[in-house]
Amino acid sequence: MDKTVILERFSELMEQLASQAIDDQVLAWIEQLDRQQDEFGFDPFGFQPGFLKYVIPFGQWLYRSYFRTQVFGIENLSDGPVLVVANHSGQIPLDGFVIVGSAILSRTPPRLLRSMVEKWVPDLPFVSFFLARCGQVVGTPENCVLLLSRGEGILVFPEGVRGISKTFDRRYQLEEFGLGFMRLALETGTPIVPLAVIGAEEQAPSFVNARKLARLVGAPSFPITPTFPWLGLAGLFPYPVRYRLHYGTPMRFEGDPDDEDRVLKEKVEIVRQAVQDLVNQGLEKRRAIFW
Amino acid sequence: MKPRRRPPAKQKLVITGISGRMGRLLARRLHKEYEIIGIDRRGSRYLPKNVTVYQMDIRRKACEDIFRKGGIGAVIHLNIVHDLRKDAEEHHSFNVVGTHKLLDYCAKHNVPKFVLLSSANVYGASPNNNQFLNEEAPLLGASTFSGIRDLIEVDIYTNSFFWRHPEIDTVILRPVNILGHLSNAPSNYLRLKNPPTILGFDPMMQVIHVEDLIEAIVLSLKPGVRGVFNIAGPGAIALSVLHKQLGRTKIPIPELIAKPLVKLLWNLRVSALTPAELDFLKYVCMVDDRRAREVLNYRPQKSLRETIEVVRF
Repeated sequence: MDKTVILERFSELMEQLASQAIDDQVLAWIEQLDRQQDEFGFDPFGFQPGFLKYVIPFGQWLYRSYFRTQVFGIENLSDGPVLVVANHSGQIPLDGFVIVGSAILSRTPPRLLRSMVEKWVPDLPFVSFFLARCGQVVGTPENCVLLLSRGEGILVFPEGVRGISKTFDRRYQLEEFGLGFMRLALETGTPIVPLAVIGAEEQAPSFVNARKLARLVGAPSFPITPTFPWLGLAGLFPYPVRYRLHYGTPMRFEGDPDDEDRVLKEKVEIVRQAVQDLVNQGLEKRRAIFW
Repeated sequence: MKPRRRPPAKQKLVITGISGRMGRLLARRLHKEYEIIGIDRRGSRYLPKNVTVYQMDIRRKACEDIFRKGGIGAVIHLNIVHDLRKDAEEHHSFNVVGTHKLLDYCAKHNVPKFVLLSSANVYGASPNNNQFLNEEAPLLGASTFSGIRDLIEVDIYTNSFFWRHPEIDTVILRPVNILGHLSNAPSNYLRLKNPPTILGFDPMMQVIHVEDLIEAIVLSLKPGVRGVFNIAGPGAIALSVLHKQLGRTKIPIPELIAKPLVKLLWNLRVSALTPAELDFLKYVCMVDDRRAREVLNYRPQKSLRETIEVVRF
């Protein structure tokens, strides 16, 4: 048999398996999703809705069976342009994955959130185009403005690497927020939805962040957890914690996007406090970490 | 060559680099509306009969004589050498000095319009590029790709000329990857049966059909149009889809060995791909053509599929 025929058969089989594994509702959404794709099924940012068919089955398993995610207040995630601002934690950015998953799997109708990835991500082989095909975009302000003007939803982690690499003793204490998202919100008049992620801190509790080692291997951080680096890369595989997402009520801000940092910081502090409050409430309600 | 007689009503239009494929296409498109004067140091063939060609180097003094006669309505400057195999010094002198001279003649002999064909590659491919770069983006192409240094210098010099001479409508066009029956880097690359790619990278790309670009050049000749314009094609397409559409079998090379390998093949004159061009196979370098759409009223006529098909053979 010809090589191309085998490949075609294989992709047909994958297609079949994928469409069986996905909820009909989500599948219908993927097929109807209009993100101004061209004739080859891509939007100008490299997002390919058809690609989700291959990602969602595994994602669904991780989201529903492994992390058994509970979502509260998803109704606060409205249609139209929105900035979702969440706390960042867990050493590897699975919180972003779960949040994007919640908007697809737990919301009716499903909607795509685009997370803003770090500027070094396009430098990583495979990861770079994988994330792009799933709709994730490099986080430059210009890209954000363009996406918001198209009415899309954007997920931001204003804590950035500071948040995700924090050690276990500082769990659920929010780091300082960057100001960029607030400038965007003011410039485009976009509502901000605060979001608390509970559970991610325990998926890979880090005792210490070995900065020197991180610099040595060229990574943004180098956590020492009970399993990493002792078990190699597999040690970073998350523990089966239960994820809980708490969406807060949308917040609107007004003002000059070009104000001084000091003025913006006050507004950012309000958002940070809102996220911290949601985190605290979520922690109070939580009875156990793993179930 | 002896200039032929023709009715004087037509405006004179100078095209440098007329012997190239692009120059020829442009001459064919415009020879009915304009009296075309071509300048090229190469010999020229297959041009319309009413085109006058001076076979000379644009750096030569005799070149100014064409301008001394007066009545030139516009200059379209296509004569920029991109061939990196050529001697670098000569290459640089031809591109930079040639453009300087040409701009001097335009200023001295009151040519109302100057059009430079630059390229969107002057922005450079980099991991922290915006998905769509506008005309104000810095020209960082040379930071990793020194071969493009000439073009950036020419582009910036023309830009400063634009400010120094408000009486001249200076236009800089920065088109994305031009595809057509041309022998430029993107067309040559896409015509390869087994194009190399970098393992794990699949950037979005913009391509433009050469005929669409010719239309954009024609639109930029309109009096009053001036400034820098990004010219994008019908849309963006992932590199892998591009290859798939053309039925090519790509050879993904791990990044670690890609650079030394391509360098070796380049030095051995086996491949026409330079190591620096690999960045364009890794990162996005796409432009926002809103300005061209609004000011030039430019719309690509060819679909994405038609644009790609042109490099099938």
